Amino acid sequence: MESLARILAAHPFLEGMGQEHIEFITGCASNVVFNEGEFLYKQGSPVDKIYLLRHGRVAVQSFAPGRGPVTVDVATSGDLVGWSGLVGGGARFDVIALELVRAIALDSACLRAKCDADPKLGHAMFMRVADVLEHRLESTRVQLLDMYASNH
Amino acid sequence: MPQTTERLHKAADPTLPKLMIVDRVRRETSDTFTIDLVEPDLAKTMSFLPGQFNMIGLPGIGEVPISISGDPESSRKIVHTIREVGEVTRALGRLKPGAQVMIRGPFGTSWPMDKAKGCDLVLVTGGIGLAPLRPVIYSVMHNRALYGRFVLLYGARTPEDVLFMKELAEWRSHFDFDLQITVDRAPTTWRNNVGVVSRLIPRAPFDPLDTVAMVCGPEVMIRYSVQELERCGVPGDSIFLSMERNMKCGVGLCGHCQLRGSFICLDGPVYSWDQMGRQMEIREL
Repeated sequence: MESLARILAAHPFLEGMGQEHIEFITGCASNVVFNEGEFLYKQGSPVDKIYLLRHGRVAVQSFAPGRGPVTVDVATSGDLVGWSGLVGGGARFDVIALELVRAIALDSACLRAKCDADPKLGHAMFMRVADVLEHRLESTRVQLLDMYASNH
Repeated sequence: MPQTTERLHKAADPTLPKLMIVDRVRRETSDTFTIDLVEPDLAKTMSFLPGQFNMIGLPGIGEVPISISGDPESSRKIVHTIREVGEVTRALGRLKPGAQVMIRGPFGTSWPMDKAKGCDLVLVTGGIGLAPLRPVIYSVMHNRALYGRFVLLYGARTPEDVLFMKELAEWRSHFDFDLQITVDRAPTTWRNNVGVVSRLIPRAPFDPLDTVAMVCGPEVMIRYSVQELERCGVPGDSIFLSMERNMKCGVGLCGHCQLRGSFICLDGPVYSWDQMGRQMEIREL
């Protein structure tokens, strides 16, 4: 448990979080490994785990009729995957390991309960998620500009 | 004598084109090709600096500014990588070895290779923007010990649009060259990054206070990449970009590429962000 707390504290997503909060959420955490091709989430399934990637890359994919599966994003070590678990949502995309992936899994229900029980932890956690979302939203908007198209 | 005019007078006759022969044309992607040009007298060479461009013309069709994409230390062949976007570039793409083109140049400012010496060097590029930075890569590879960490972050629309795929694979095999490719969307067979190129910047290994960054690509990409570089702590006077405008004469006379007090063909195309950044934020300028 002690080493898991240390690993959590070293993860970029939790950088700067107080030791007390780290120890509090360590109870929701476990070490997980995915082999290449294994799914972290399947579209439509509940997001019962939030993953903090420590090693390896995962692809966020969607199935487009007539085009097959398309990769729309790739997350890598240091990233958080499955933020919707914090608000009780389901998986909107397939997420699949592109190589051996090591991650810390945080149980979504457990984490939500701890955020409810400790509003300071809840605030710290949601500020971090908001930062992740801000970056992803900005990236998605820039991607929508299709800036490498011929007429640019 | 004003600096611009003085520079113009020093040139031999920059408005007079010379003949060059097509040595090879090879397709890079569905809309991009690389053309190698040689002097009719093979003993002659043309020297250039990374970041400079030539005006390439076809009689009766027109003339276009194209950055040089070849190796600056191998000056027998002058190499340009061109995207087919208009009449002249499409006609250039149809040329066969032995065909003749008219060429003027090289023109413009160059990437600050001297300033980068001893520093980490980060290249951020997208689409056809990799071509004007390729001479920088060759130059660093020839003089690797002169630079710190060397990072190339390259974005393209899809895997099929990635330029110089063979060379990228070869460069990636160098342990002292950190190269990341990303595309906007990809089939499931793609094993690299997906997402905008600026997202790769915070993860790249460089010391922001001891880094020279060179950014080349669509202006939207440049703006977001510079924002991310600045967020990481790279100062504006260490960030350089290449501007693209409608260059015609190449020597600062016609004014087609004038941007306020600057002629991009003469004072650019390479500028520091401190010099050009504010102007890039003005719409339609």
